[in-house]
Amino acid sequence: MTSIAAISAPARPRKLVGAGRRQWIGLLYVAPAVALVVVFFIIPLGMTAWMSLHNWPLMGAHSFIGLDNYWAILRDTRFWNALRFTGYYTVIVTIAIFVVAFPLALFIERPRPLTGFYRTSFFMPAVIGFASASLLWSWLLNVDSGLFSPAAFELGLTEKKVNLLATFQPAFWSIIAMVVWKVAGFTMIILMTGLQSIPPDLQEAAMIDGAGPLARFRAITLPLMRRTLALALILSVAGSVLAFDQFYIILRGGPRNQTLTAVYWIFNQSFVSFKLGYGAALSMVLLVILVALSLIQLRLLRQPEGVD
Amino acid sequence: MAQARSRKRRIGMQIAEHATGIVASLLFLAPIVWTVLSAFKPAQESRQPPLPPWPTTGFSVENYATLNTFGDGLWLPAQNSIYVSVMTVVLSVIVSVLAGYGFSRFRFPLKDLLFVLILSTIMIPFQSILTPIFLVLTKIGLHNTLTGLVCVYVTLQLPFSIFMMRNAFDAVPREIEEAARMDGANNVTMLLRVMLPLVWPGIVTIALFAFLGAWNEFLAALVLMTDQSKFTLPIMMTALQSGRFGAIDWGAVQAGVTVMMVPCLVLFLLLQRFYIRGLMAGAVK
Repeated sequence: MTSIAAISAPARPRKLVGAGRRQWIGLLYVAPAVALVVVFFIIPLGMTAWMSLHNWPLMGAHSFIGLDNYWAILRDTRFWNALRFTGYYTVIVTIAIFVVAFPLALFIERPRPLTGFYRTSFFMPAVIGFASASLLWSWLLNVDSGLFSPAAFELGLTEKKVNLLATFQPAFWSIIAMVVWKVAGFTMIILMTGLQSIPPDLQEAAMIDGAGPLARFRAITLPLMRRTLALALILSVAGSVLAFDQFYIILRGGPRNQTLTAVYWIFNQSFVSFKLGYGAALSMVLLVILVALSLIQLRLLRQPEGVD
Repeated sequence: MAQARSRKRRIGMQIAEHATGIVASLLFLAPIVWTVLSAFKPAQESRQPPLPPWPTTGFSVENYATLNTFGDGLWLPAQNSIYVSVMTVVLSVIVSVLAGYGFSRFRFPLKDLLFVLILSTIMIPFQSILTPIFLVLTKIGLHNTLTGLVCVYVTLQLPFSIFMMRNAFDAVPREIEEAARMDGANNVTMLLRVMLPLVWPGIVTIALFAFLGAWNEFLAALVLMTDQSKFTLPIMMTALQSGRFGAIDWGAVQAGVTVMMVPCLVLFLLLQRFYIRGLMAGAVK
């Protein structure tokens, strides 16, 4: 290291010559990334806002209609139902994920033989896609060829094979089970990073002072991983608000359109009914909700970690 | 006496802990194992509930053969998925290595603004801008092409991967660069010969995330790929599972799900530490 420092010293004056020009080259390096983001993100974002003010069918001319799409949203009870269902799903699934993921994180955080195996097993469903997981569970949940109803019937738990996807409650809870199975490992790893950042001597000191496991959890673990908890919470909430794949693949929005999520409704309006302008206005509403959530996230994360 | 009892209790605790761990592991692994095993049943047996999950009337690849008879077969959508995922990996690595290097090592006008601009796209759900993306792709002639889909996927990867690469380049000591510059290295040889070997763990991480992201993505592919010959695996399998090609063959669904899962699982098992690294980098920052 010292030799490198020694030779780099006389290089300084040379570096000043043309340094300004060389710095500009940086723009060239970031140009492809900026171009992609502008063409496939910034322009579409502007277009969404612009299109939301239009009557914009797939074919034929579009016409400016001002805020009419937004007035229509106010009267669109099915959109509000979809939004309400999305909110309900988000709350339930987030609670369910944490209830499963937190004990798992505590379990794998402590080093013991086989920890690596446990961690990998819990995490495996997280790397397969939502579409694969949904297809897989649509089979497991099938009434004739699936696993759950026939198994319950064989074991004598039910008198006949019950179609789990035919009514709202069992269908909804089946989706919750599938999502928890798929996502808990992911949340577990996030929570584990928070647990590992707690200095072990703090726990030991509390143990010497006679604090039981529950008291230690409440007084040390929870406050010290507030930031990690906030992150895991926001990731789960943002992901759930945008839920689509599982409801489209397993339930097709049914039974009786009761499981249409916000994204699903926008998809239907834009790409099934081809009301592109109206879909754009709905997208703007969703976008505002998500940006608001992100801003809350930034606030929560900016608070420094540690005891108040 | 008391010591022996407490040792016994400790061993009892350990057994209980491992029993819990093993049961929980089985619960998480079961659906995956169930599918992979059931896919190897003969077609006749696949129509029955998977009890037990393994083939009882002989091992067979009939389900894979059946899967291949639907629509354009198995190979075409598999090829599409491979092409889209590999291209997404290659392009997002190139673009983010260049951008990460640029943001880490140069001072130029608008630098901070551009960096924040790219990172902030992570706050905007792409689900809300799919219609205009569809129109933009039509405008530039990439409508209904796999290349168009790749462009969208690469853009979605950029905030995470540029953030990762900038951190990776920031971690390389400047002295190394100055020494190389003394030896006459220009910017390009500097990046390729000196920097790349030092940041490759970051590259593996972003490549892995790009592959999994592209391989598993569903909604954008569903909306943007309208022509059946351009379907990726998730879209083709959903069409099959929705009964678009006639009666639903659950054996074919199991085979298809296996084809979709196995690459992800293998890559994850091989590159696990890079995956966890990426997650932690995202979580800590």
